[in-house]
Amino acid sequence: MSTLIEVNHVSRLFGQHCAVNDISFSISRGEVLGFLGPNGAGKSTTMRMICGNLTPTSGEIKINGYDIVEHPTLAKAELGFLPEIPPLYPELTVDEYLRYCGKLHGLKKPHINKAIERGKSKCGLTGMGQRLIANLSKGFQQRIGIAQAILHNPSIIILDEPTVGLDPIQIMEIRQLIRELGKEHSVILSTHILPEVQQSCSRVQIIHHGKIVLSDHIENLEARMSSSSLIVNFQHTPNQDILKSIDGITQLTPLEKNRFQIQHQQASNPALKIAELAVANRWGLLELSPEKHNMEQIFLSLTQPDNSHE
Amino acid sequence: MNSLPIAGRELRSLFLSPLAWTILGVSQLILAYMFLTQLDYYLSLQAKLAGVAGSPGITDLIVAPLLGNAAVIFLLITPLITMRLITDERRNKTISLLLSAPISLTDIIFGKFLATFVFLLIMLFFIALMPLSLLTIGELDSGKFLAGLLGMILLLASFAALGLYMSSIASQPTVAAVASFGTLLLLWIIDWANSSTSSSHLFEYLSIARHFENLLQGLVKTSDVAYFILFITSFLILSIRRLDNDRLQQ
Repeated sequence: MSTLIEVNHVSRLFGQHCAVNDISFSISRGEVLGFLGPNGAGKSTTMRMICGNLTPTSGEIKINGYDIVEHPTLAKAELGFLPEIPPLYPELTVDEYLRYCGKLHGLKKPHINKAIERGKSKCGLTGMGQRLIANLSKGFQQRIGIAQAILHNPSIIILDEPTVGLDPIQIMEIRQLIRELGKEHSVILSTHILPEVQQSCSRVQIIHHGKIVLSDHIENLEARMSSSSLIVNFQHTPNQDILKSIDGITQLTPLEKNRFQIQHQQASNPALKIAELAVANRWGLLELSPEKHNMEQIFLSLTQPDNSHE
Repeated sequence: MNSLPIAGRELRSLFLSPLAWTILGVSQLILAYMFLTQLDYYLSLQAKLAGVAGSPGITDLIVAPLLGNAAVIFLLITPLITMRLITDERRNKTISLLLSAPISLTDIIFGKFLATFVFLLIMLFFIALMPLSLLTIGELDSGKFLAGLLGMILLLASFAALGLYMSSIASQPTVAAVASFGTLLLLWIIDWANSSTSSSHLFEYLSIARHFENLLQGLVKTSDVAYFILFITSFLILSIRRLDNDRLQQ
């Protein structure tokens, strides 16, 4: 796998404020990297630096082997960027706008029409070509922004919060699109919506206060998420001693009335036993589910301690 | 030429807004009225002039004043056309589309400049049609006329370059318009200072009007042409530097 983006010890200062502090990472072809972080963590600053809209205070960024500061045009040729606010000209129609973007990226006349058609069909904009951008909804404008980023078939696509302002169906479509794009292109997806990362990314990076606090493959992260606890809920009050006596159960924590969190050893799963006991003792089993740490908890555990001493 | 798509889009947006059409219409109307009064004035003098040898002809009495008036009108309207060039891109965040595309800052600035210049040339074309209509009834001093046109072209390019620069430093279109109008007006009247002092030579050299008047009189001097070309290139380079500064912002 070839490395498409290399970010080496990049920092960015705005006056005294350090927005991005010495971050390094790389992306290979065919990876979908989720770039997570709370508001103001430095996500957008990093994206803008990779796309050459901001110059790093120190460090270097290489795209396809070209330094973004020294060879900007060569580096940007392989780049498709959707900024936070889609860069649209409201007075143009969708087709006019996409044609302009194609020309900016140096597409030749014969290819431009095909590229526009492909971009529109991928982003669900077919039949919207003659509409004025100003008259379209936020969701459609966001789609035009994405169409613009993938128009010239770049090997790297950078999307800064692409699903903001979309309705749930559109969000699902866009996530599907991102997964598809990930097969042929490298994608960096910046977001603060966690399920989005879980659904569409192959690798996750969490940035907080300008520093990367976690960088891992999504499978490893999922493994971290499964833990050894169950949540049970009964209709009648169970005998806690009987529950505790089940093999492998280490701790029983009452949550609400008749609802418990049961910690157990990793090797054994007491779910079956609990169900049998509940039926035998007529406790009225209402809920029995393995507890999963979700991304939110990992995210919070990584970002919270820092917040507290500010 | 990577700047052509930018120039094309800019012109298109300009003509999609009512601003361009209003400016074209209003300026043409005013200049046509000025042209007619000038023509009237000439006709009233014609009888007296006929007897004098070496008296000024149509070109001196109609074309030169018309172009001179047109220059002042351009001074007023060019800031209105240039004010949005960069400020709007910044405000609508469309600038990031240009900055992440594989084009250089020079292409961006040159494209913007080209769009404004082409628009101003379209206006100049319609203005030039008025003196050309005199060919049906008489003869023009084509040398003087062409020198005047050259002066106008250089003047318009200078106005466009300065307006573009002001648009690149200002944060709001109106600020850009006021700043470019103020600067142009100052450069236009700077030679009004008392001509007896030594510093007035510098002021005379700085004045746009001085250099333009020479060309209008049919006097094509290298120093005047060089002044305009220096003026245009300096402000274009300054605009590129200013745009580059956006990426380095602290």
